[in-house]
Amino acid sequence: MALLQALGALGRATLALLAAIGRVTLFALSAVSHMVRPPFYGRELAVALLNIGWLSLPVVGLTAVFTGAALALQIYSGGARFSAEAVVPQIVAIGMVRELGPVLVGLMIAARVTSSIAAEIATMKVTEQIDALTTLSTNPMKYLVAPRVLAALIVVPLLVAVGDVIGVFGGFAVATGSLGFNPASYLKNTVDFLEPLDVLSSLAKGCAFGGIAATMGCYFGMNSGRGAQGVGRATKGSVEAAAILILAANFVLTGVFFSL
Amino acid sequence: MIELSNLSKAFGANHVLRGVNLEINKGTSMVIIGGSGTGKSVLLKCILGLVSPDAGTITLDGRDVTQQDRDAFLARFGMLFQGGALFDSLPVWQNVAFRLLRGSLKRPKAEAREIAIEKLRRVGLTPDVADRFPAELSGGMQKRVGLARAIAAEPEIIFFDEPTTGLDPIMAGVINDLIREIVTEMGATAMTITHDMSSVRAIADNVAMLHGGKIRWTGPVSQLDHSGDAHVDQFIHGRAEGPIEAVR
Ligand SMILES: Nc1ncnc2c1ncn2[C@@H]1O[C@H](COP(=O)(O)OP(=O)(O)OP(=O)(O)O)[C@@H](O)[C@H]1O
Ligand SMILES: [Mg+2]
Repeated sequence: MALLQALGALGRATLALLAAIGRVTLFALSAVSHMVRPPFYGRELAVALLNIGWLSLPVVGLTAVFTGAALALQIYSGGARFSAEAVVPQIVAIGMVRELGPVLVGLMIAARVTSSIAAEIATMKVTEQIDALTTLSTNPMKYLVAPRVLAALIVVPLLVAVGDVIGVFGGFAVATGSLGFNPASYLKNTVDFLEPLDVLSSLAKGCAFGGIAATMGCYFGMNSGRGAQGVGRATKGSVEAAAILILAANFVLTGVFFSL
Repeated sequence: MIELSNLSKAFGANHVLRGVNLEINKGTSMVIIGGSGTGKSVLLKCILGLVSPDAGTITLDGRDVTQQDRDAFLARFGMLFQGGALFDSLPVWQNVAFRLLRGSLKRPKAEAREIAIEKLRRVGLTPDVADRFPAELSGGMQKRVGLARAIAAEPEIIFFDEPTTGLDPIMAGVINDLIREIVTEMGATAMTITHDMSSVRAIADNVAMLHGGKIRWTGPVSQLDHSGDAHVDQFIHGRAEGPIEAVR
């Protein structure tokens, strides 16, 4: 009996998960279809670009600089165990560009952008503003969702690029400032070592993570429950889902780029 | 003409509408009365397609609303939401002129602003309100901005969900006159929800009372006092004793 119940619960959970994946996929497809069909809301896109891109720069920059700096220290002291201190520039470059840059920027975007999109749209839903949009002949998917997702697809790769550069610079600053590396040869090692595929994978991850972050914010916002509690749940759920999906997508994309 | 037949809607175990039948003739003003929580707002949202009914049909000019082109259908409507539902990211005038700033009714910005200020004046608001944000206004002012937004594009059919709730008696009078004027002068069809009996008498051509998920009584406003229905009598006289239970 207990076994059957457990199996039943597992089955229900699996079905619910599959249904949720289906709904999110349809939602994302609908958002994309609204990006390419007029009318286009340019002002909304501009505001979203500003909010997601420009205003995230400080957070992204600080995250990247400290991570790059810590990475240089770690590799230096870890590498010393088998006399490989010299690889600091290469490992910092690979670590930042291929992995930490996109992932940390993605997670910071999930914290900063996903939560604010979810809370804003959920509040609009709870106060009937979404219904009001519809009655004013404006499709909320087109007016609220499409500009935000499109903006994230455009601007998060750029943020990742900025994060990569600042992260490498953080490592450079620590390595040349306190670990005794020669600045010119550090930079030369970094540039010579990185391959185009490293950079490409970084930007592609940025694009995917941006899309995930904005889509989750919009999805949870649009499907918010009623009242302040509904807004709270939507916000929490959106950040959890975005963070986990970003980490899972990172694993998949790393596999696609570097082990196939 | 709007025709509702056998309209039903439940939220989980909460059966809100249980077969509503109602006709609203073109160019007339229908007022819906009924206790709090009986589903008046849900009824309006069903007609607009914001809530999908479980059963029943809604026709506009003889055609099922689900078969019509959604944009063209919505372009004929204006709606004042019970809570105002103003866009708090936009200043007041852009809220009022929302329809005039985008889509098929788009006009030059200056013209849209002028229309917005004119509509604000009609709901008793001065032009200096135009550049403020909804959050900076009082509840009654927000309600009136919502009203201005509902009428801004001069729709054929307008729904008002409690237009005078939260307004002072003088302002309520102004709004009642405005709604009456929109129906008689502009020939619009109006559907108004209100709990204010003086408003009912000022606005209505016809009255319908929603109770227990159905239309309990409907008729011309002149018949309201002689409806012969104990529920209606209790409601319009606001008696605690009667067939309608006070705890719902
Ligand atoms: N989206 C929804 N989800 C679940 N229940 C809902 C929803 N909308 C309305 N209800 C329920 O439907 C019932 C009718 O709500 P409605 O807002 O239509 O009442 P009303 O007649 O407009 O009342 P009032 O005069 O107080 O505004 C209520 O019990 C409400 O809880
Ligand atoms: Mg209501």
